[in-house]
Amino acid sequence: MKSLIMIIVGCALINNVVLNQFLGICSFLGVSRQMKASLSLGVAVIFVMTLASAVCSLLYTYVLAPLSLDYMKTIVFILVIACLVQVVEMFLKRKSPAIYRALGIYLPLITTNCAVLGVALTNVQDGFGFAESVLAGFGTAVGYTLAIVLLASIRSRIREEDIPAPLRGAPIVLISAALMSIAFMGFANLSI
Amino acid sequence: MQIIITTLVILVIGFIVGYALVLTDKKFHVDTDEREQAIRDALPGNNCGACGQAGCDAMAAAMFKGEAPLNGCPVGGASVAQMIGQIMGVDVEAAVPKAAFVRCSGCREVTRDQGRYVGIMDCRAAVQAGLNVTSCVFGCIGLGSCQKACPHDAIVIQEGLAHILPQKCVGCGLCVKTCPRALIELKPRDRQVAVRCMSHDRGPLVKKVCTAGCIGCGLCEKVCESGAIKVEGNVASVNYELCTQCGKCAEKCPSKVITLPRSA
Repeated sequence: MKSLIMIIVGCALINNVVLNQFLGICSFLGVSRQMKASLSLGVAVIFVMTLASAVCSLLYTYVLAPLSLDYMKTIVFILVIACLVQVVEMFLKRKSPAIYRALGIYLPLITTNCAVLGVALTNVQDGFGFAESVLAGFGTAVGYTLAIVLLASIRSRIREEDIPAPLRGAPIVLISAALMSIAFMGFANLSI
Repeated sequence: MQIIITTLVILVIGFIVGYALVLTDKKFHVDTDEREQAIRDALPGNNCGACGQAGCDAMAAAMFKGEAPLNGCPVGGASVAQMIGQIMGVDVEAAVPKAAFVRCSGCREVTRDQGRYVGIMDCRAAVQAGLNVTSCVFGCIGLGSCQKACPHDAIVIQEGLAHILPQKCVGCGLCVKTCPRALIELKPRDRQVAVRCMSHDRGPLVKKVCTAGCIGCGLCEKVCESGAIKVEGNVASVNYELCTQCGKCAEKCPSKVITLPRSA
């Protein structure tokens, strides 16, 4: 039990996917302009990442590993994740239009989020079982959401500030993200 | 041997994945009208949001339901409006392509600074605080609220005055809503003659605060043959529907505040 909680905390804070592993930077910078949008993206990522980790873990354990097709995992995972997102999108569109509308464009965008693939591959690398993979996926996605929501709130404040002209726009956002990253390094000494 | 197994496994997985997609599509298919899909295909598809909808998908749905005008896509313009009109079986009057236009020519050279403004660098904040950054109370503040509101980087602030880059402007009108002094208007793209001033002050007062302002002398009104330019409330404005772009008003204007036709 303790090790499972450790996995979630480890993935969300200590090894934060954006701020420590530098995955999923494009959507992290692209969608963090508005609080609401970043929150919707975060929820969509939590949803997809947990599901993708589960499916990829099963696929690896029962198909790829027995056939010693370890080296094909990247391609297979991409295929499966892309399909999964599509299926989830169609399912939501029919069964729950409200959630579908709330997630909007962000659901299909996740297909191209390298963090999702990154988690699936890291799970295999770390030799995680099914339950551990699902938790790692969930924890990582929570970490991603935390990072993007924090950046969105920082950016909403930056907008009101008088920033020196050369730093306006992307530069100040990158600097803020770098400072966040340094702050998150403080979690490295966290012991549970 | 190994390569055959690999190929087979990937093929099988690919097939299963593809088949799963087909099955889900069948099972969870949401009936959308063919025409809605056709509208979506006709739209530019760059999801800019200039129409006010969340993207081209949302715009297509809104057009289909009649919640948005069929010529409402500012990027696609007349050609797209016509295509959508054909899809829906109605005649669509193409919206005249418009671009934003700043009705002020008060750059820092022609106005006088009212001290130094050190508050929040935003026009709306400055107006709310009741501070005059420049000498003219009608003119462009130049702190760039419109620039920040523009999703297409079509506005630049030079010398404390907002300028529109016509080649980048799509005419979405976000800046029009943002400007606290209501200086920006959407002008038909093919119309060049326009008054670059909104000052309702009387002539002598305008001259005091800005050397490039409309003094409401009425010379343009007298020289105009089509009755397109009128002075109301001490400021001239052009009726773009009547204007023939002869450019006589621009020649006559003593403070050179009317823009000339580009060909002239």
